Amino acid sequence: MPVSDQDGTAIWRRRTRNESLLRWFGWLLGVAIFAVCWQRISESTTWFFVWDAPRIAGDIWSRATPPRWEYITQLGRPIWDTLNIATLGTMISLCLAVPVAFLAARNTTPSALFVRPLALFVIVATRSINSLIWALLLIAIIGPGVFAGVVAIAIRSIGFCAKLLYEAIEEIDHAQVEAITATGASRWQVMAYGIVPQIMPAFAGIAVFRWDINVRESTVLGLVGAGGIGLQLSASLNVLAWPQVSLILLVILVAVVLGEWVSAKVRGAII
Amino acid sequence: MLGRRWRKPALVKNAALRWGLAIGTLVYLVIAVSTIDVDWGRVYEGLDRGAQFVLAFTSPDFVSRSADIWKGMMESVVMTIAASVVGIAISIPIGLGAARNIAPLPVYLICRGIVAISRALQEIIVAILLVAIFGFGPLAGFLTLSFATIGFLSKLLAEDIESMDRMQAEAIRASGARWMQWINYGVQPQVMPRLIGLSMYRLDINFRESAILGLVGAGGIGATLNTAFDRYEYDTAAAILLIIIAVVMALEYLSGVIRAKVQ
Repeated sequence: MPVSDQDGTAIWRRRTRNESLLRWFGWLLGVAIFAVCWQRISESTTWFFVWDAPRIAGDIWSRATPPRWEYITQLGRPIWDTLNIATLGTMISLCLAVPVAFLAARNTTPSALFVRPLALFVIVATRSINSLIWALLLIAIIGPGVFAGVVAIAIRSIGFCAKLLYEAIEEIDHAQVEAITATGASRWQVMAYGIVPQIMPAFAGIAVFRWDINVRESTVLGLVGAGGIGLQLSASLNVLAWPQVSLILLVILVAVVLGEWVSAKVRGAII
Repeated sequence: MLGRRWRKPALVKNAALRWGLAIGTLVYLVIAVSTIDVDWGRVYEGLDRGAQFVLAFTSPDFVSRSADIWKGMMESVVMTIAASVVGIAISIPIGLGAARNIAPLPVYLICRGIVAISRALQEIIVAILLVAIFGFGPLAGFLTLSFATIGFLSKLLAEDIESMDRMQAEAIRASGARWMQWINYGVQPQVMPRLIGLSMYRLDINFRESAILGLVGAGGIGATLNTAFDRYEYDTAAAILLIIIAVVMALEYLSGVIRAKVQ
């Protein structure tokens, strides 16, 4: 037990001297790194604008209120597109994520040495690149529009869904699989009756969870031209139509909150 | 033959509901797909460019724009670190306040409100507003990421505190500890491993997000990437994407190691 000696009596201490020295050094290092980072940020900042920020914020606020309510008639189609991007994108990505997950899971992969790393790379690569970047890329390839948004969301979600799904596959109860195998079932029958029923709840949960995230992400895809309500947002921002911007932000907020509510309800019902 | 052949039980027991769901999904799909107009001619033309892009991954060009890439990457990293530090520092008190079992009701409501706002607003939208207010540059990105970190970390921290073991905290309290000592010795040791794990995870997320903030002018590698796409410099874009993937993989590995160590 770490103690310090004070006038002959031992007093309890939380850490030994070396430990607290090490910790102190760690904190010092952390603070130094932060200071360097802050230094660099402040170098490339125009502080004149920052001091002016409260005035500008107030100015924007006064321009943006009240929202231009009549503009809402033009937002029906974009919000429908946004929901379609999220829903269709999630569906496509689930279709693609299932085989990737089976190839990545240690207990179902055909080859742990060759196929598994490849599947894991697909998971990391699709996950680490944001849907906006995928959209940017797809717009260069297939042109602007809702379709690019759907594909961007689909690709981006593969990694997320496949990762959660393969973890669920690795955690299945092996006894059930063995029981099915013992009846003389073929490889595909084992899959259909031994593995799939066990991961079905996880699959449904993942699908709804990702749909919720995709509703959020699809609201901003229009900023780079991939369809949905973001298109209206960037158009309004470009002409500095702040009352329209505030209305669009409100609509997005409602859509996101509704999406979250629906997903919470559905998940509560199926799990 | 005796009896009936075994059939796999249906996923949804109620037949009417089952068929209703299936038909409803089908109808939705038909309507949804028909409202998306795809210009297949444009797609066909684009396939060429797509192939070029995929090929670019075999010969990524790290060199010709290395100065821009380096500057953008440094800005992303700097923004990520600074925003994670500040965001975590702010989200700890808010997380404490948002835990119902240790915070009084008014504090709880205020903190939950902050968490809800931060979570509902998309990073990129926050970035647009902050760029409009604070001007272009990494400061807006830094503020955006800090703000987003608060919602994420406070919520999960508060949930963790709410599900902690009350006995240990009670024992500390029974020894006559003051509030700070109570938090420090009764609550903090229980949630610390998870807090470190979540912080590492958030660092990872912040880096990924910092890669897109540049699209709206909030600093970081996103601006460089956007320029590369605009100029159809796919080899440079491929190089940037590869760097992002590599950094994310490294961070993920590192956070896995650290999480395994503290838990």
